[in-house]
Amino acid sequence: MITGQLSAKKNTVLRLNIELYRKLYLIRNAEQKIREHYPENEMKTPVHLSIGKEAIEVGVCHALESRDRIFGTYRSHGIYLARTGETDAFFAELYGRRTGLVRGKVGSMHLCAPEHGLMVTSAIVGSAIPVAVGAAFASKVRSDGSIVAVFFGDGATEEGVFWESLNVASLMQLPVLFVCEDNDLAVFTPPECRRGYDCIRKVVSQYNCTVLGLDTTDAETVYRTACDAVQAIRRGGGPCFLHLKYYRYLEHVGVEEDFDAGYRTREEFSRWYEKDPITLQRTKLCRLGAREEDLLKLEEEIDRQITRSIALAKESPLADTCELYRDVL
Amino acid sequence: MTATRTLTYCQAINEALIQEMERDARVFIYGIGVPDCKRIFGSTAGLVEKFGPQRCFDTPLSEDAMTGFGLGAAINGLRPIHVHARVDFLLLCMNQLANMIASCRYSSGGKLDVPLVIRAIIGRGWGQTFQHSKSVHSVFAHIPGLKVVMPTTPRDAKGLLISAIRDNDPVIFIEHRWLYYAVEEVPEQPTAIPLGKARILRTGDDVTVVGVSWMGVEALKAADILKARHGVCVEVVDPRTISPLDTEVIARSVGKTGHCIVADNDWLHCGFSAEIAAQVSETCFGRLKSPVKRIGFAFTHCPSARHLEDRFYPNAVDIVRAAEEMLGLKPTEMTDEDMYSYEKKFKGPF
Repeated sequence: MITGQLSAKKNTVLRLNIELYRKLYLIRNAEQKIREHYPENEMKTPVHLSIGKEAIEVGVCHALESRDRIFGTYRSHGIYLARTGETDAFFAELYGRRTGLVRGKVGSMHLCAPEHGLMVTSAIVGSAIPVAVGAAFASKVRSDGSIVAVFFGDGATEEGVFWESLNVASLMQLPVLFVCEDNDLAVFTPPECRRGYDCIRKVVSQYNCTVLGLDTTDAETVYRTACDAVQAIRRGGGPCFLHLKYYRYLEHVGVEEDFDAGYRTREEFSRWYEKDPITLQRTKLCRLGAREEDLLKLEEEIDRQITRSIALAKESPLADTCELYRDVL
Repeated sequence: MTATRTLTYCQAINEALIQEMERDARVFIYGIGVPDCKRIFGSTAGLVEKFGPQRCFDTPLSEDAMTGFGLGAAINGLRPIHVHARVDFLLLCMNQLANMIASCRYSSGGKLDVPLVIRAIIGRGWGQTFQHSKSVHSVFAHIPGLKVVMPTTPRDAKGLLISAIRDNDPVIFIEHRWLYYAVEEVPEQPTAIPLGKARILRTGDDVTVVGVSWMGVEALKAADILKARHGVCVEVVDPRTISPLDTEVIARSVGKTGHCIVADNDWLHCGFSAEIAAQVSETCFGRLKSPVKRIGFAFTHCPSARHLEDRFYPNAVDIVRAAEEMLGLKPTEMTDEDMYSYEKKFKGPF
């Protein structure tokens, strides 16, 4: 029992942080395992890893309820793992197996689990944003208190459809949380080559939409801010734009570091790595009174789960050929 | 009970919308101008009064986002109908159509239904020109996962729209502005006509004319002329649904007549008429007595001036001439024929 002999309040805080850490660790280590196995050339799917942005995915997803709907991008491993905690179907999908999440048809870029509320993830930048707004309209019509969260990168805010969607959501006061995961990069291209304004938060605040921003790698801070946003939206306060900064540790697509590519420096990475979301959370847990042996046990459990899932995926039969034409109409 | 009353194409669409919105509270209709004073040429008349602004509403001029909006509403429990006053505007939505909507069922492994209808109207005449007159149905039909419906008659417009609304896949429903005045007996009951089934508009043994949308009307006119002047019996086939396509009915007809003219309401190059010609040559090769002929828009942009526009659009005369050539008949004199009968009701400007 990790939360042993603490006061009730401290206990609650510790429990929350353990839950956040469990998800952070799951994502980081699932992604690291992908890095390890990718060179085997069996996982033939372009991967856009979540490493570096785990605090955003964990913090926001933890603030959502099971009835809420989520939309994402090609970089959604972390969202899926935070939302489901499941790795068997996840890895089987990356390996193109019959037992995969979508029976081996969609790979890494289109994770989809409507039964867990993860509706659509898109590899066309910005394209899931209006879909999320439409889903939010359906939530509003149903008046069941459910909301919609849509994740997208900072590059998506340069797509016309982002502004169209923001306008519609603000006009119709729809229950949607726009989660902008800002890593300051569109593949390799920096903001100064892409933007005719200084501050996205200021621009968005001109709409009838709440704007919240954070520059943190602390999952708990993201969680608490997301909770505020979610509650306001659920109470009928209209849309919210949550702008969250992070640092992409690896190349845009693939499993390698790319500090030698010339567009950024290892020093920049090192500065961010000092506040790495997983290390930060583990240190915090120790400070909050978690026992080292309990944390090791939790980590081993997750490691075993991931190793088992990968082995299982590799043993599973390849996607059935009938899948080619299945579910077109 | 046999229906005895007639409706215009526009009234038939309106009736289908009202009946389906009454039947199913999840159905809603939206788009630029849907509840405004013109009501999409009258086709959405009375809806906002009857169903309120939550189920019938106007939108910002954001066709792209509002198409994604429809997808999101559709996969989250509603049944949207998105309306565009012109097909040309739908081209602003191609990303959502081709990259998101068409593949949604597939990419969810069949877990997500997409009960979304997109209505779009083909403009013609009175200077509509090149950005208000496109059909481009072959562009939509090219993409797996989209159904494309193009009714020609009021009865079909109503029955097919009902099916489209009840369908769990995305349906692009393309209406021709000139057909809005067409009149036919239409059953009062909400009678669904299945998607993917062609209709024989007229039976005949000599030549098959596959007529799409407005060109179905031209084909019927041509059939009248060919019967009267040459005693030729034309079989007019209306595919009604472009995708999925009823190749069986077309093949059966061409198998019988041995001659096939495709009269499309679009350009020929890489178009739906090319698809029909290919399918007919594959399925009826040994029975064809002449090569398939195709009739469609001139391969240029639709001009404004009337005498130029006349040269852009094909009509019944072109169909008659094609049939005469096919059958080795002498061209008949047609100057006294009354063409473009519906245009007389079209007063513009839109």
